[in-house]
Amino acid sequence: MKEVKILEIKQSVFANNDEQAELLRKELKEKGIFLLNLMSSPGSGKTTTLTKTIEALKDEYKIGVMEADIDSDVDAITIAKTGVKSIQLHTGGMCHLDAGMTKQGLDGLQTDDVDFAILENVGNLVCPAEFDTGASKNAMILSVPEGHDKPLKYPLMFSVCDVVLVNKIDVLPYFDFDLEKCKEYVHMRNPKAEVIPICAKTGEGIDKWADWLRNQINEWRA
Amino acid sequence: MHELGIVFHIIESLEKVGKDNELEKIQSVTLELGEVSSVIDEYLGDCWRWAADKSELLNGAELKIIKLPAVTFCEGCQQTYPTVQHGRICPYCESEKTYLLKGNEINIKEIEAY
Repeated sequence: MKEVKILEIKQSVFANNDEQAELLRKELKEKGIFLLNLMSSPGSGKTTTLTKTIEALKDEYKIGVMEADIDSDVDAITIAKTGVKSIQLHTGGMCHLDAGMTKQGLDGLQTDDVDFAILENVGNLVCPAEFDTGASKNAMILSVPEGHDKPLKYPLMFSVCDVVLVNKIDVLPYFDFDLEKCKEYVHMRNPKAEVIPICAKTGEGIDKWADWLRNQINEWRA
Repeated sequence: MHELGIVFHIIESLEKVGKDNELEKIQSVTLELGEVSSVIDEYLGDCWRWAADKSELLNGAELKIIKLPAVTFCEGCQQTYPTVQHGRICPYCESEKTYLLKGNEINIKEIEAY
């Protein structure tokens, strides 16, 4: 009979992923690639926002997009129509992407001719927030119909985001959405988060969002 | 499936521990789960059984769970209170300016192995 021993591990389940994410971030920085991790709940307008973002910045940067979904390739087809490089990642039922999957995705995208990579994460406000993907910056979209109290309900998501886009502001008159309250709640979770109101459909606010991205990308590559 | 992703990460970490310590078999794994860690014990247990049994190192290993209480801090009155019972509004001063101190942990505490 072999001797059974107790080993103290005392390690967060996320420790391994955090380590991989740090390595990936370092690698991307060395290569001069800015990786944006875009998160939101389903139906908040991620793909439409992305299309507008690409239109605004595709003459300045070499953009590559990774569309993560549990299944289907409808989003990748929409993005491909903008003329930038895009691939579809299937998570095979998993609710999030981790650093390992992101690295595989970047390998699949082939980033030799990309300096601005965008990861459209799985539509979900819970799990993607827990797994660091190795991205340079995290952004999330909160759409007006979802309500201004989302930062209270999903605190972790808002605490890991560098910027929150409040989308669909064209329908503000029809909803009890309080933009000031929303900003207050976001800043309760994350005082440093930028809040940018946009309407991806009409293009309102996209210039401000594009400016934010330009600043971040230039800083990253400086 | 959130729990399955968590299980994959636990297994990945433990495979590394196994290699580093030249372990042959892990018999049990003790996890610390915060009350508001967004992980459901039963689902985690099911995913664990399915995935762990596919690993040579972890085949048959028992998953033990220790629950850690969730505690929220109120910036309004500088007091702490149990999160699960009272939620995000302070029961003492009704302030909304509160944040979680602890209770969202998902830690691998220890293993029994040879």
